Amino acid sequence: MVQLLILSGKGGTGKTTVAGAFIELSAAKAYGDCDVDAPNLHLIMPQQTDAVKSDFYGLPKAGIDTGLCVRCDFCRQSCRFDAIDNDNDYTVNPFACEGCGVCEYVCPAGAITMNPAVSGELILYTNNSVFSTAHLKMGSGNSGKLVSEVKKQMLSAAANAEFAVVDGSPGIGCPVIASISGADMVLIVAEPSVSGISDVKRIVETSKSFGVQLALCINKYDINMTNTQSIEAYCIKAGIDFVGKIPFDPQAVEAVNSGKNITDFDCLAGRAVREVYSRTVQLLMAGEKGVKYAHKGIG
Amino acid sequence: MKFMPVSTTTEVNSMKIAVLSGKGGTGKTLVSVNLASAAKASIYIDCDVEEPNGHLFFKPSNIKEEIVAVKIPFADKALCTGCRKCVDFCRFNALAYAGGQLKVFENICHSCGGCVLVCPENALTEKERTVGIIQKGESGNVSLYSGFLNPGEPSGVPIIKKMIHDNNLKRASLTFIDCPPGSACIVMESIKDADYCVLVAEPTIFGAHNLNMVYELVKLFGKPFGVILNKCLDGENPSQKFCEEQDIEIIGRIYYDNELGTLNSNAKIAVRESEKYKTMFASLLQSVMREARHGTTVNPKR
Repeated sequence: MVQLLILSGKGGTGKTTVAGAFIELSAAKAYGDCDVDAPNLHLIMPQQTDAVKSDFYGLPKAGIDTGLCVRCDFCRQSCRFDAIDNDNDYTVNPFACEGCGVCEYVCPAGAITMNPAVSGELILYTNNSVFSTAHLKMGSGNSGKLVSEVKKQMLSAAANAEFAVVDGSPGIGCPVIASISGADMVLIVAEPSVSGISDVKRIVETSKSFGVQLALCINKYDINMTNTQSIEAYCIKAGIDFVGKIPFDPQAVEAVNSGKNITDFDCLAGRAVREVYSRTVQLLMAGEKGVKYAHKGIG
Repeated sequence: MKFMPVSTTTEVNSMKIAVLSGKGGTGKTLVSVNLASAAKASIYIDCDVEEPNGHLFFKPSNIKEEIVAVKIPFADKALCTGCRKCVDFCRFNALAYAGGQLKVFENICHSCGGCVLVCPENALTEKERTVGIIQKGESGNVSLYSGFLNPGEPSGVPIIKKMIHDNNLKRASLTFIDCPPGSACIVMESIKDADYCVLVAEPTIFGAHNLNMVYELVKLFGKPFGVILNKCLDGENPSQKFCEEQDIEIIGRIYYDNELGTLNSNAKIAVRESEKYKTMFASLLQSVMREARHGTTVNPKR
């Protein structure tokens, strides 16, 4: 399977809109949403069948049996995450607890147990294509682990798919790092603002440290031509393949709000994204792994 | 709308306001940077340590840098007997014993200190590992704290903790916390000490869907909050509809505006560039402060 991951660094640049268009244009047999913090891809990829849902267990959470607790305070002093309160009884703040098990280890009274905790939900749709997504429970950690599970679920349900499109999350932290593993190419969707340029550089640095192939497109390029030019110049300097520009287009907003794909509309943004798509596929298919699939065509 | 300086009673002075949104790119930084600039004096903390942008707008001077480090284990080869007790204990799989020595996967370590506790040979000690920096600086009426996570590092939580903790020294000030997107642990850390939360939402179904997520988060934490609708256009606004259905207070609206968009894309602070935006954000700040004062009285922080 050739995996294309869509990232941006900065949020709100149009990752999901581009991912949706790519899925449609490639008729990808597998796709996933790794933005487990704020998943959105399902909103524009309506599914005919119901999803199979399963609980995602992150690390366990500590629990204190107040009947056994001898109030020695060892647990509170040993916890590096300030997760133990002693307002009245000793209690564990489940949002702060990272599940390391230190408190259980230091407790002399055997009052602390580590209990399994659901920290999210995995969602899998199997129609003509496989769509793997998830959502993390409010305020949970373990997002990187859940991202890995989303990808694992996609891979096992669509083992024979040749091409997969994966929508990533903003930022450069653990969910992003988890999504990069296994990707054959990262397509960065950039925005022509000073903030956008700064964020592109940080996501490029992060992606490069994992040695993945990079391509970049600019969304809403016409909102600031000077910044668009600096991003293009940066791509040349940094040796990143530039695959095109998408204009700001109110019809794209309309498409999204009606739960549609921008390629369903004959609009400027839709046409531009088709070009970005064909250039990206060319690059992907020229890659080592792509060559194997090139004769079959993508999808 | 007439420009009125915001009153500076002690109550207002010690207010911490977190600005957040589930979705990225809705305008958290636009809102927090301009509200901070519209106040007489304020502190701005950029908690989006993965992709910090506030400093690009404020261009601070008198910058002081501070390194943020976490503790990671370090094995004394002479003492380690290869018993693997630490490897078995580590729930994060950050340790392995292979090739006759202990390997530490520094990126995965959560710094819980468990391995050091369980080692029967006292072979493990902790050393510091840099994960990022905090920059402190000044920009006109605003004191700035920006956190920067080193690329390749998984978690910015230690940086946020340190910034917010440091800032306690200057408690008597109006503080704006520019949060990271999403609703996971890193956002939770950013809003933990906030007195009031401002949720910024854009008029798309993505915006409304992710607004719902942060709405759940602030409810879960019992924080008083209100919504600012950004990039409002004529026509349908799914986020506004969501607020009306859930009976959520809409503090204000910022209309889609090319001039504001251009200023913002060039990392200019609108309030400092034109009287028009100064008036607009001063009025928005007044509404935020009114809601925050009301919200914190009716629903005091736990």
